[in-house]
Amino acid sequence: MNTMTENSTVGYVTDDGRQIGGTIMEMKNITLRFGGVVAIENISFDIHEGEIRAIIGPNGAGKSSMLNVISGFYHPQEGEVWFNGQKRPSMKPFEVAALGIARTFQNIALFKGMSTLDNIMTGRLTKMKAGMLSQAIWWGKAAREEEEHRQKVEEIIDFLEIQAIRKTPVGRLPYGLQKRVELGRALAAEPKLLLLDEPMAGMNVEEKEDMSRFILDVNDEFGTTIALIEHDMGVVMDISDRVVVMDYGKKIGDGTPAEVLANKEVIDAYLGVSHD
Amino acid sequence: MCRTARGSNIMSAEFYYGVEVFLNGLMAGVMYSLVALGFVLIFKASGIFNYAQGVMALFAALTLVGFQNGQIPFASLINAIFGTNLHSFGWHLPALLAILLAVLVMILFAILVERLVLKHLVNQEPIILFMATIGLAYFMEGFGDLMWGSEIKKLDIGIPQGGNGWVESHTAFLGGDDFYGFYLDSLDIVAAIVAVALVASLVLFSQYTKTGRALRAVADDHQAALSVGISLRTIWVIVWSIAGFVALVAGIMWGAKSGVQFSLSLIALKALPVLMLGGFTSIPGAIVGGLIIGVGEKMFEFLIGAPYLGGATENWFAYVLALLFLVFRPQGLFGEKIIERV
Amino acid sequence: MLYREAGDFKTSYAKDNQTFPIKFDRVAYYILLVVAFGVVPFIINDYWANAVIVPFLIYAIATIGLNILIGYCGQLSLGTGGFMAVGAFASYKLMTAFPEVSIIIHILLAGGITALVGMAFGLPSLRIKGFYLAVATLAAQFFLVWLFNRVPWFYNNSASGQISAPERSVFGINVTGPHVDAWAQYMICLVFVFASAWLARNLTRGTMGRSWMAIRDMDIAAEIIGVNPLKAKLTAFGVSSFFIGIAGALLFTVYLGAAEVGEAFGISKSFLVLFMVIIGGLGSIFGSFAGAAFMVLLPVLLKNILVGALNWPTDLAAHFQLLIVGALIIAFLILEPHGLAQLWRVAKEKLRLWPFPH
Repeated sequence: MNTMTENSTVGYVTDDGRQIGGTIMEMKNITLRFGGVVAIENISFDIHEGEIRAIIGPNGAGKSSMLNVISGFYHPQEGEVWFNGQKRPSMKPFEVAALGIARTFQNIALFKGMSTLDNIMTGRLTKMKAGMLSQAIWWGKAAREEEEHRQKVEEIIDFLEIQAIRKTPVGRLPYGLQKRVELGRALAAEPKLLLLDEPMAGMNVEEKEDMSRFILDVNDEFGTTIALIEHDMGVVMDISDRVVVMDYGKKIGDGTPAEVLANKEVIDAYLGVSHD
Repeated sequence: MCRTARGSNIMSAEFYYGVEVFLNGLMAGVMYSLVALGFVLIFKASGIFNYAQGVMALFAALTLVGFQNGQIPFASLINAIFGTNLHSFGWHLPALLAILLAVLVMILFAILVERLVLKHLVNQEPIILFMATIGLAYFMEGFGDLMWGSEIKKLDIGIPQGGNGWVESHTAFLGGDDFYGFYLDSLDIVAAIVAVALVASLVLFSQYTKTGRALRAVADDHQAALSVGISLRTIWVIVWSIAGFVALVAGIMWGAKSGVQFSLSLIALKALPVLMLGGFTSIPGAIVGGLIIGVGEKMFEFLIGAPYLGGATENWFAYVLALLFLVFRPQGLFGEKIIERV
Repeated sequence: MLYREAGDFKTSYAKDNQTFPIKFDRVAYYILLVVAFGVVPFIINDYWANAVIVPFLIYAIATIGLNILIGYCGQLSLGTGGFMAVGAFASYKLMTAFPEVSIIIHILLAGGITALVGMAFGLPSLRIKGFYLAVATLAAQFFLVWLFNRVPWFYNNSASGQISAPERSVFGINVTGPHVDAWAQYMICLVFVFASAWLARNLTRGTMGRSWMAIRDMDIAAEIIGVNPLKAKLTAFGVSSFFIGIAGALLFTVYLGAAEVGEAFGISKSFLVLFMVIIGGLGSIFGSFAGAAFMVLLPVLLKNILVGALNWPTDLAAHFQLLIVGALIIAFLILEPHGLAQLWRVAKEKLRLWPFPH
């Protein structure tokens, strides 16, 4: 494996005075096709350690496909993915998860038959090591491990203020709470990089405020790097440090919220200028 | 059954026998295709994998024979409860009338299935629906046996049987003096013709009638079809009726060949691997898959099974072939590659 | 009080996680164990052992096994009969090859061998899903039955093609062969049932159980959050087949004594166990017991009523039974897809709140 470190880029200081670290993830010239359809065309961007990075763009711009490339679910035909200063070889999604990349999904992908607690416990799967035999007789490592991790999960439950629904099957929860549980499941992995696919889709103002607060708190308290897709421009501009703008599979803008807002191509894409 | 004289030319005798096995495999394949067709119809229109298709064929054939022979339905049940001694009305219906009545029964059955089962399982996961059709298969088997009795019945609606003389005499010239022509069962030939006619009329029906177009719309997208005012429930009744009719045809062919008995529904299980080869939504796939399975299992038994493995490999060959095939091409022969999304 | 949890506080996560968190359940469970181990062996007779209790215990193991695969991991299998046959024939070969080794070891090994076979046939589950997989498991069913039928090595070249269990004992008490007491049959099955249920409960409540359920509920999301689908599915097939193999071995050695593969382990056995899972409740160990009990009792009951009381001919009663079973399966899937276990849960929920329903 290529171990040359390419993240020579140093960090920067945000407007509100937070120190952002060096590059944690870098996408280089990513191209993804489905048959003849080009979903992502030669896109490069980076994510710095500790920042909140937003990916925005109209529907069908290829944002979700990009997250799927990062989590190893789609494999791009061209381009390289660099993580933690190393070129990432082609990996299965669960191997990517083990690297410390966790995510939520656009259409909630919780395990409907399981309780809130079990859903979040499943998020810690990559950290639990007890062997099958130990689990079978529920003795030694398995029982100990279960309790230790339960402790961690309870912390997350407290953090997200969902104590009351601990044992409720998630299928019965209202939409907003499901979104929160899904965030909890991703947090349980204690990820280095957290991917959020439209965390506020379909929420009312109040729920959006709650969710924004949680995202900022996660970034602040745990120092987690976050990449998120969101349609609500107000929210994006409020919480993100830097923004990538995509349209029809291409990158049309990249920079601080203020910079992309001033970008003509971005304005055209959002206000609708006919594509020749 | 090979009509070659022993002796003079072993190689060519073996060869012609092989060809004959191949042809018979094709004919068996037609039978599988017939059953598979019923599966495809229901799957396309409702996304239901109808395990009961085989039992439907059995039930349809039982009903046909019952009507033909003037059997009193549920005679043994009535006898057991009321101590009577009923058996038969004492008449014999002409084949055509009996078929017509059997079709009516299958339509009635389709309506009942929609009313009592499908209606209540809308929006359930496919696997739940699949298990429900397994329940349906058990129910129908019990019901059919209660209604008509479980003994093996002879089905005769006047289809010619036995070796076909015409084929035999017109293929004799292929070989030498020691070759008397290929042996093909007339029944199989009729089945092949019926199958072709059935497929052709189904295609015409779905292309050129209003109902057919509605069927295809539902197959494409349930929600969209509903929103333009197609009644899903009516469509289901129609589809299950057609599938019931196809089951009747398959039941007649199989029944005429080997008698109407429970094993008929097991043979029909072979339609499952056929579908795995051909894909669940493709009518041509069902036909080609059926032929491949039919020929494959006969040739495998002839070349490898009987000489080296102790025979009876037809029991599993189709399933194992389908399994191997699926591992390498999960979408079947004609299916499109699925792009998974999250 | 009858069913109250007030004052029953949990002070540790281990306590919160226990199998029967409510005290009343815990007490009931211990009483049940005492009765099962301490009372039943003294009162059991041949009729009850043969007609109801021993088959119930054996099928309970098989149902737990299949429930792990279908109910917990969401992989539908129609090959249960074939896998039970593997257990039966493995135990037969082991018993005849190593007569000096304890039959307990043989049965466990038979389970292990079945687990390996199950994993081999589970491999396609990585590529194919849902009823495609169900049809693929039919391949296992038909191939395995054919194999045990056609290869004389498996039945030690016996003329009839049957296998019959030689006489074996545990602690000097016969458990197989023609001279077995009902209570001995009962006890060996009970021990295996108890152990199976306990192991299954442990496996399903921990990491492994959660990865199975994650695959069941949403396989793609599961993989993205870190579940290795290969490992999850193969362990489910392995564990499931282990229990099914043990059930097959017990069915042959302790219950049937002699078996012909097509008859004892045909596809109808696959469906029988599947029905036990559905009626009992998908994804429930308790449901596995309930389903097995239901499906074992139903024919006995119908036979007693129809043949015994109403004097119907037996074949008519058999047809009627098919009809009833089919109708019940459909009814359960429509009315209560989570089976008897869910009915029981709902009843308990009502009882907890009684007499204040809201």
